[in-house]
Amino acid sequence: MNEAWLLLILPLAAAVLIQLRLKRIPALAAAVSVLSVVLTFLLSLIFAASDTVDEAVFTWAAAGDFTIKIGLQLDKLSKGMMIIVTGVGALVHIFSLAYMKDDEAKARYFCGLSIFMFSMTGIVLANNFVMMFIFWELVGFSSYLLIGHWYQKDSAAEAAKKAFLVNRIGDFGFLIGILMLWGLAGSLVFDQMALPAQGPLLTAAVLLVFCGALGKSAQFPLHVWLPDAMEGPTPVSALIHAATMVAAGVYMLFRLQFSFVDAEGIRQGWQLFANHSGEIIAWIGGITALLAALMATQQDDIKKILAYSTLSQLGYMIMAIGLAGHTETGHANLAGESGMFHLYTHAWFKALLFLGSGAIIYACHHEQNIWKMGGLAKRMKATTLTFVIGTAALMAVPFLTSGFYSKEEILLATLGHDGGMTPLFFVAAFVAFLTPFYMTRLLVVTFLGKPRSHGAEEAKEVGGLMLVPLVILAALAIASAFVIEGIGINIPAMFSAIDPRSHGHHPDSAVTALVLGTSFAALFAGVGLGYFLYKDRETDPLENNDLFQVFRNKFYIDELYLKIVRIGQDCVAAIIHFFDEFIINGLLVGGLSRSVGGLGNLFRRMQSGNLQIYALLFGGGILLVVYLTVFFTS
Amino acid sequence: MASLHDYLFVSGLLFAIGLAGVIFRRNIIVIFMCLELMLSAANLTLVAFSRFHTDHTGLPDYNGQMMVFFVITVAAAEVAVGLAIIVALYRARQTINVEDLTTMRG
Amino acid sequence: MPSIAFYIFSLIAVTGAVALVAFRNPVSSAMAMTGSFIGLAALFVGLNAYFVGIIQILVYAGAIMVLFLFIIMLLDLKSEERSKPQPLMLAACLVIPILFLVQLTGVLQSTKDEPHKPLNLVASAKHFERAEGEQETIIHQNLAKEELPDVHLIGLTLFTRYNFPLQVVGVLLLVATIGVVSLSKRGSDRPAKPSTDS
Repeated sequence: MNEAWLLLILPLAAAVLIQLRLKRIPALAAAVSVLSVVLTFLLSLIFAASDTVDEAVFTWAAAGDFTIKIGLQLDKLSKGMMIIVTGVGALVHIFSLAYMKDDEAKARYFCGLSIFMFSMTGIVLANNFVMMFIFWELVGFSSYLLIGHWYQKDSAAEAAKKAFLVNRIGDFGFLIGILMLWGLAGSLVFDQMALPAQGPLLTAAVLLVFCGALGKSAQFPLHVWLPDAMEGPTPVSALIHAATMVAAGVYMLFRLQFSFVDAEGIRQGWQLFANHSGEIIAWIGGITALLAALMATQQDDIKKILAYSTLSQLGYMIMAIGLAGHTETGHANLAGESGMFHLYTHAWFKALLFLGSGAIIYACHHEQNIWKMGGLAKRMKATTLTFVIGTAALMAVPFLTSGFYSKEEILLATLGHDGGMTPLFFVAAFVAFLTPFYMTRLLVVTFLGKPRSHGAEEAKEVGGLMLVPLVILAALAIASAFVIEGIGINIPAMFSAIDPRSHGHHPDSAVTALVLGTSFAALFAGVGLGYFLYKDRETDPLENNDLFQVFRNKFYIDELYLKIVRIGQDCVAAIIHFFDEFIINGLLVGGLSRSVGGLGNLFRRMQSGNLQIYALLFGGGILLVVYLTVFFTS
Repeated sequence: MASLHDYLFVSGLLFAIGLAGVIFRRNIIVIFMCLELMLSAANLTLVAFSRFHTDHTGLPDYNGQMMVFFVITVAAAEVAVGLAIIVALYRARQTINVEDLTTMRG
Repeated sequence: MPSIAFYIFSLIAVTGAVALVAFRNPVSSAMAMTGSFIGLAALFVGLNAYFVGIIQILVYAGAIMVLFLFIIMLLDLKSEERSKPQPLMLAACLVIPILFLVQLTGVLQSTKDEPHKPLNLVASAKHFERAEGEQETIIHQNLAKEELPDVHLIGLTLFTRYNFPLQVVGVLLLVATIGVVSLSKRGSDRPAKPSTDS
């Protein structure tokens, strides 16, 4: 057994220990949890430099020739993902120490975090689909626990339930997709799958597997749970609902592209997406990115804005993954890898933004409405600085921030084979304009102007335990695209063949210029519009605009779902009621009892209780017997 | 002289009259008497066969008369028990009219 | 036995039976039953079954009839009230016995009749030749005198061939006696349950 198993076992051990022994000692529980994740992070760094590990350890289930083995696969992709998961995880754990200092159920919180770390590690390290699915569900479960951490609040309990149920819809498709893929590829172990032939079946299988990502990565139309998940503690939002868990869908799809190595050692996984499934996936990603960005422009809750921004960025990633099958062959993997690269950079700066918002919320006495903040730049200088850095990375400020490089790659991927502009390019470019717009709005309203509430007036800088993760993440938000050659590991190179310093360098310089130009224009337009529109405003000037009202109400999708679910349930209930009332009750139960009752009634009539009738029948019977024995036979 | 068929016919006639009584009468004691009559009618058949089917010695076949003997014995026992039941029934219901005894009504 | 006697006694038996069914007073019915049984007993005697004829009178006309009368008087029964019989019932209780008789006639006509032959007792006596040294029994004596030793022959059959059934019947009678006692005993002074059926 390889030491790599420690990656999986450490968080589990911490969770078990906390649950069984340390419930009453919250401080120690927190320490154990933090220690386990920091150790896991260090181990990840060590393993990142070591060789690829791929081993199946024990058989989990066997049926005939078919066996399911639990095994680890620690290759380039999972090593890099491990660093994201455990790195963000470690920083969020440390931040939580301060943020959750006074929480009543601290032990439960840290237990949940450790279970999450265990589950997420399992997804990343799984070497087959079955094991991935198991941990996929465990991640959903731990997400449920953590969203509903403050279950006393109805909204939190509802949000946890919603997240779980919506994910269930996607996971149902995922499970079917896994089974179909098994039938097509002959194996569920990533490295042993054979490349299936193109066909409608493959398209369906890939789309069904994508259903899993649809739920977990909160893509349209299953995106509705993610904004609600912000009911959980802010560090949880940072870790699970921004940086890691929601990235699992992207990771899983990329894992699929990363497999199917042919005889020459070239990965052919992109071919799975070289059909309509790839197009559909890319368009769903694009639509999600666009809708979420539009919704983000009208949110007032700081965490909701970030949540929609997360949705939007995840849409970007999914779009890039979907495009993998449609870019030119030599460039094929780059589309998928650009999505993964964006996942990597996004994880750091989005965790930074969420933790920053957590610090702000903490400082403002749990005030989340940006219109009740304002002027925080003067009071919380360090936090503001880190937040601005995170925002810059999200806006993709050229050359300096990591977000710029990954976003450029995605924009490049949306271009056609010959560098021509596709509809998706316009979608991506428009989202690239919206992102700076709503983030500028957030910055201007929150940090500039005057304090608009008591909480904002009293806000003061948060403590060192919160600031340290913020600073580290801020550093990574800038540098993650370049790190970390100093210690001999080029993390971005794990995802991508692209050298980040030669970003966007398409062989054709005109294409490069187009992408760069679009990027610059979108950034300046977005920041400029956002700054001048919201400078020194007390309320949102677009609030009463009909169009923006639609954005504010999230395109009424939640209401639509509620209606659909209600109507659907009513229909199903009516059918079941009819079935139960008429078929089961009326025909089967009632019919049987009525026919038996009728028959019984018939016989009851004969049982008059009158002795003489009996005698009469008896006499008649004798006659009949005599007739049959004597006369009838002869 | 009367032949076997004459006796059998008389026996059948008595049996039919007894059956008619059982069906017709409502007094349970009379019904009981009619049952005894039917038993005796059957006895007549047995005795007639006993007399007309002589055995190898030329004497009547006494197996038939044995049957009659046992029937009479059992009938006596039956009457005793039956009448006791009627008495108990009368105590419980104050009636021996079968039309009132419809406990077996379904 | 002359044919005339058969018809007379048959008539008595059938008349008694009809009277038994027809009388509305239970005591009259019991008397009619006795008459019918006496006729039957006479028919038995006419068939050379003297013993059976005697016990028919003793058991039925004697014991059972008295038992019936006792019960009738014990329960203090009145005449059955004249109630209008249901026509369907009446028709049925006529049709079924008549159909029965029709069937019987059919059976009788399809089988061979046997005429009445007097018993040849002298011939029978040869079958009862005594073995050497065996004591002469009443059976031998009677047969020799051309008399039918009916009771002795029944006794012989009963205590040899039907010995076991005889004892079983004895047990049956014992059980019936015990049953009657336990049935007649007033178990408790519980009031009579009112009739519950409707």
